[in-house]
Amino acid sequence: MRKFSYDFERPLVELEEQLEQLKHLESAEKADIAEEIAYLEKQIEKLHIRTYENLTPWQRVQIARHPDRPRTSDYIEAIFTDFIELHGDRAFRDDQSIIGGFARLDGRKVMIIGHQKGRNTKENIARNFGMPHPEGYRKALRLMKLADKFRLPLITFVDTQGAYPGIEAEERGQAVAIAQDLLELSVLEVPVIVAVIGEGGSGGALAIGFGDRIIMLENAYYSVITPEGCASILWDGEGEGRGAEKAAEVLGLHADKLLELGIIDVIVKEPLGGAHHGPASVARGLKKELAKALKDLSSIDPNELVKKRYTRLRNIGYYTEYSGKPSVLDMQS
Amino acid sequence: MPIGEWFKKQDKRLPENPTLEKRAVPDGVWEKCPGCGEPIFIKELEKNSKVCPKCDFHFPLSAYERVHYLVDASSFDELWANLCPEDPLCFVAGKSYTDSISAAKAKTGMNDALVCGRAQIDGRNVAVAAMDFRFIGGSMGSVVGEKIARITELATDEDRPLIIVSSSGGARMQEGMISLMQMAKTSAAIAHHSRRGLPYISVLAHPTSGGVTASFATLADIIIAEPNAFIGFTGPRVIEQTIKQKLPKNFQTAEFNLDHGMIDMIVNRVDMKRTISRLLDYLDVNGVVG
Repeated sequence: MRKFSYDFERPLVELEEQLEQLKHLESAEKADIAEEIAYLEKQIEKLHIRTYENLTPWQRVQIARHPDRPRTSDYIEAIFTDFIELHGDRAFRDDQSIIGGFARLDGRKVMIIGHQKGRNTKENIARNFGMPHPEGYRKALRLMKLADKFRLPLITFVDTQGAYPGIEAEERGQAVAIAQDLLELSVLEVPVIVAVIGEGGSGGALAIGFGDRIIMLENAYYSVITPEGCASILWDGEGEGRGAEKAAEVLGLHADKLLELGIIDVIVKEPLGGAHHGPASVARGLKKELAKALKDLSSIDPNELVKKRYTRLRNIGYYTEYSGKPSVLDMQS
Repeated sequence: MPIGEWFKKQDKRLPENPTLEKRAVPDGVWEKCPGCGEPIFIKELEKNSKVCPKCDFHFPLSAYERVHYLVDASSFDELWANLCPEDPLCFVAGKSYTDSISAAKAKTGMNDALVCGRAQIDGRNVAVAAMDFRFIGGSMGSVVGEKIARITELATDEDRPLIIVSSSGGARMQEGMISLMQMAKTSAAIAHHSRRGLPYISVLAHPTSGGVTASFATLADIIIAEPNAFIGFTGPRVIEQTIKQKLPKNFQTAEFNLDHGMIDMIVNRVDMKRTISRLLDYLDVNGVVG
């Protein structure tokens, strides 16, 4: 039985529970209900497809947040070997909402940095639900410099609702910690490969969220602001519920849209219902793309890599440039 | 004639402050100070960089006024004023983004929330940019990001110090991820300017927050704030909702940021140009003036 489900999954979960009861009945009472069970299984299969094949943007955000969704540490375990975790920002403390260290991908040495959410309440408290303080971003900065110094390609995993919004975070310079990561990422002379695996919430995600190749899981989201944050600005007080649903629709935060806009490069498919319905297959798909990116980028000269990364960023933007004089300024004078 | 031209020829023909001139002030002579409530003679206010002579309250400034009070008269040569925003997501949520843009254009006479160009400060060549909070909260979308990148590149190519005055709510929501990526784009441009050994001074005006604080605005060699300016990453309402506590008094002010080591100094706007000029003197590796 499922431990956790969203409202839109309820009808499916109810059928699954019925099936379980029937099976229990069958084995306990030796009742001859094989036909009923077969029928119900078929119904469940149909409903499973119906529930998940046409998810709304908001439902996909919920899937990206699912408590059973694979975390950074799960992908590290499934994809890499010989992971050596490194800790601390050398200034204040070790922020466990960002993890990182050395690892090998098919034998090739790399540096990993990723947001880390917990599996349960206890873990989540230790990991601050994957929402870093400035120390987390400074640990990331330290590991970026280490990667640069020892010529290790950098692979990042993005999975945060955002940088932690708290008093201490502001006191210790949340903004500047993120800004310094952005600056460093732009000049790293090693390949930078990004995997957006769950939530890509705003600046707190971007701090380790751009590079030479950006891979995104099908149901992950990457957004300038969380749907709730957007809703509370647009429709004051309607942050939860319907407001967030509407916001998820207008923000264009899913992989297909971001591929169309040229923000990301490639999408890794998830099984119907989300990555937690088949973590192994998602890890395989992700590994394939990471290896491909590593192969493609490794042959590029370091200076060229930095130049290309810059050009890529420079090309992101939609604006019109009127030649000559006509502009709104002229009309006014 | 573009507004930028006014700075070149303002000495005789045009009023000292173009934006003030255009605004409808009931009697056009007095303005009530929101800080101390005292009526102030507008001429006197303008002469004092729009800082209340009685209580030091810093009146909000348009981007053109910012430039006006910061650089040598007639030295400002505006660039890329014709960059206009688009609506890549066809963003409609209650109000449409295109309506917001039209309203902001009408209100400010600008095409987006940033003005930039070449200028001189006490005869020294600089590249300058200033944000305008009146234009959709000074938010950074494609146009602001592009102009910051271009002016930074120009400064890099022409060996000019860079001065940016920020006043912004952060990344512009209505352009989605494209806005968020402007943080990376502007930071990258700053990185290349810095690697060239050139100075960058960032001035944080009320309010500077979100994606602007977390990108180019805090990546400067020297960070200056105006007194009492709000400076932070997350807005106080969101923090309060998250931690369910009252926030300390003074939280996220310029003074709070100075206490916590986030900025170099707080400078009264009246002294801003002089201070920047003195700093540039120290930061000038070539010793070239003018």
